[in-house]
Amino acid sequence: MKISEIEREEFLLPGNAACHGCPSSMALRTVLKALGGKAILVVPACCTSVYMGPYPNSAIRIPVFNTAFAAAAATASGIRASLEMQGDDTVVVVWAGDGGTYDIGLQALSGAAERNEDIIYICYNNEIYSNTGIQRSSATPYGAWTTTTWKGKKEHRKDVAEILLTHNVPYVSTASIGYLGDLYEKVRKAREIRGFRYIEIHAPCPPGWRFPMNRTVHIARLAVETGMWILFEYSEGRFSFTGASDLIAKGKKKMKDVQEYLSSQGRFSGLTESEIREIKKYINDRWNRLVGIRDHELPSFIRLSAQNALG
Amino acid sequence: MPEVKMLTGNESAAFSAMNSRVRVIAAYPITPSTPVVETLSKLIENGEMRAKLIRVESEHSAMAACIGASAAGSRTFTATSSHGLAYMHEMLHWAANARTPVVMSVANRAIGPGWNIWADLSDSLSQRDTGWIQFYCSSIQEIYDTIAMAYRVAENRKVMLPAMVCYDGFVLSHTTMPVELTGFDGFLDEYDPNWKLDADNPFTHGNILLPIYFAEFRHSIQKAHDRALKVMREVEEEFLELSGRRVPLTIEEYKTEDADIIVVAMGAVASEARVAVDSLRNKNVRVGLLRLKSFRPFPEKDIRRVLDGKRVVVFDRAISPGSGGQLYTEIRAALAFSDAKIVPRIVGIGGVDVTKRTIEKAIFERKIWIKEVIM
Ligand SMILES: Cc1ncc(C[n+]2csc(CCOP(=O)(O)OP(=O)(O)O)c2C)c(N)n1
Ligand code: SF4
Repeated sequence: MKISEIEREEFLLPGNAACHGCPSSMALRTVLKALGGKAILVVPACCTSVYMGPYPNSAIRIPVFNTAFAAAAATASGIRASLEMQGDDTVVVVWAGDGGTYDIGLQALSGAAERNEDIIYICYNNEIYSNTGIQRSSATPYGAWTTTTWKGKKEHRKDVAEILLTHNVPYVSTASIGYLGDLYEKVRKAREIRGFRYIEIHAPCPPGWRFPMNRTVHIARLAVETGMWILFEYSEGRFSFTGASDLIAKGKKKMKDVQEYLSSQGRFSGLTESEIREIKKYINDRWNRLVGIRDHELPSFIRLSAQNALG
Repeated sequence: MPEVKMLTGNESAAFSAMNSRVRVIAAYPITPSTPVVETLSKLIENGEMRAKLIRVESEHSAMAACIGASAAGSRTFTATSSHGLAYMHEMLHWAANARTPVVMSVANRAIGPGWNIWADLSDSLSQRDTGWIQFYCSSIQEIYDTIAMAYRVAENRKVMLPAMVCYDGFVLSHTTMPVELTGFDGFLDEYDPNWKLDADNPFTHGNILLPIYFAEFRHSIQKAHDRALKVMREVEEEFLELSGRRVPLTIEEYKTEDADIIVVAMGAVASEARVAVDSLRNKNVRVGLLRLKSFRPFPEKDIRRVLDGKRVVVFDRAISPGSGGQLYTEIRAALAFSDAKIVPRIVGIGGVDVTKRTIEKAIFERKIWIKEVIM
């Protein structure tokens, strides 16, 4: 879809306190447009709790309930239950960072997914705790500098979107702030589905990743073009790649060398040759895994991986 | 005549939640409060109660869900004990500061290690500073009555604070008594929130509070506690009219008027102390009992009025290591400028039985009053 087709009305107001070039605010602006102003937002501790602005003002034009770091999915479950008892079908949406999703909030997220709560959970993944000043999260990629991994992170990231696939929920997708039209469409689609929906948005953060603030969109696209971030959608039992990732998967577009992505950001400046090889291997393995999911019906993929684990 | 049923303390809590028209419950099991949610599950699944039960994956989530549900305009309830309550700690602060009038029953239990499932008030007293109203019940009927009354206080526009209704684990949670299931029509009808999350009327709740506003909000919570004392007395009167029972929410006095010695206690220990008082009165010892029903707000003025100039023996069923009994410390602070002579006694820790004999011994055995744990 074209950017020009996106809703004009603004629900995230200009003058909010996000950094210049903030991917989270770009994504939230688009998400709120896709929700069309009829939703309740639940926000745990993260950059958004700051840039929405201080009381008595707010930069967000829909109801927002701030909650504790670990509590987002559970708070949303409670709000949904309450609305249900009142016969109100307003959409309840969690808006959380990767720290609040991958780490401290994972238990509540998994619980809500397993209960198939009728909520949309959106994670904007900037691959760090940026609110507390660029510390590693379990979404931080291998080799990246952060203020708690000065010599580069020694572990690969885990992948919560894949974890959610195994929860058997109705809808899971990944998106990127490099492709706002795609994000807009995914939120519109998720809005029409009932039950637990998960959307994760890749969100390059200029101060955290060490790149100039006018390069956010460029770097987000590079991530997809080099296979460091893969766009997919799982809905009604079908898994597919979307957008640029789909073109790469179909061979209509050549995957770029990840070197271009790594050298665009200060956080990877300390990488050694062998670490770069490790990152290439990671990209390759992950592609193959996701292609495996696409080519099987998902439940058999889950069964397959369970068999592998047993065997 | 209202229906009378043989109920355990936990069932009594569940029936009260049902009759209080609770609409959202989120809960996680823990001994000894598990049967509260089991009973509610059954009532809901049988269609006797109209509510949504969220079977969450932890107590942190249980409290978060109750806060969310309350903020979205429903009356909410949960039940927990011990480690579960400790695990909620962060969200207890959240509920109070968010001014969501959640009500929760707490079957009091010690906190490990080692694992101990028996009565001890350490769990709820550790939550003293969260901003929650705290009531301590002494009987199973009182659990039933107090939960409904707690909603009236919590949801009062001048209060708007969460409240916990506590009762000693097993001693009250698992024993059975006939309970009069008074209906609450006219006393407690459907929840009518003065604010709620509403897409047609958007506002942001809980965003950054600059220091001056934060201080103002905290001050308003302190003021709400002060006002709650008055509201509690009004609710007592209304409940008396409804049920014919005088159920205290602040303090209860028993034979204090002419007493030389006054025993101070909360919860099940206070029930036992009442028996001890009667027995000592038969021996012409002038003893009375001051039972604290509400620990937060702390009914300081009432305490001063009753205890000034007396010999006071304070019984705690918990300990704040490095200091002593929490109730003792607070009573002493309230009586700082009075002539009362106050002695601390710590009893019944981790479920140790507290008998009439324990209480008499604690009053008389020594001339020099010391801080002592009575086994
Ligand atoms: C229990 C708890 N521990 C720590 C914090 C401090 N804290 C606030 S935000 C944050 C990081 C958030 O990271 P993320 O979810 O990735 O969002 P981002 O800041 O990147 O937007 C941390 C650690 C907290 N609020 N609560
Ligand atoms: S630190 Fe990053 S995510 Fe946070 S407000 Fe700034 S640009 Fe946005």
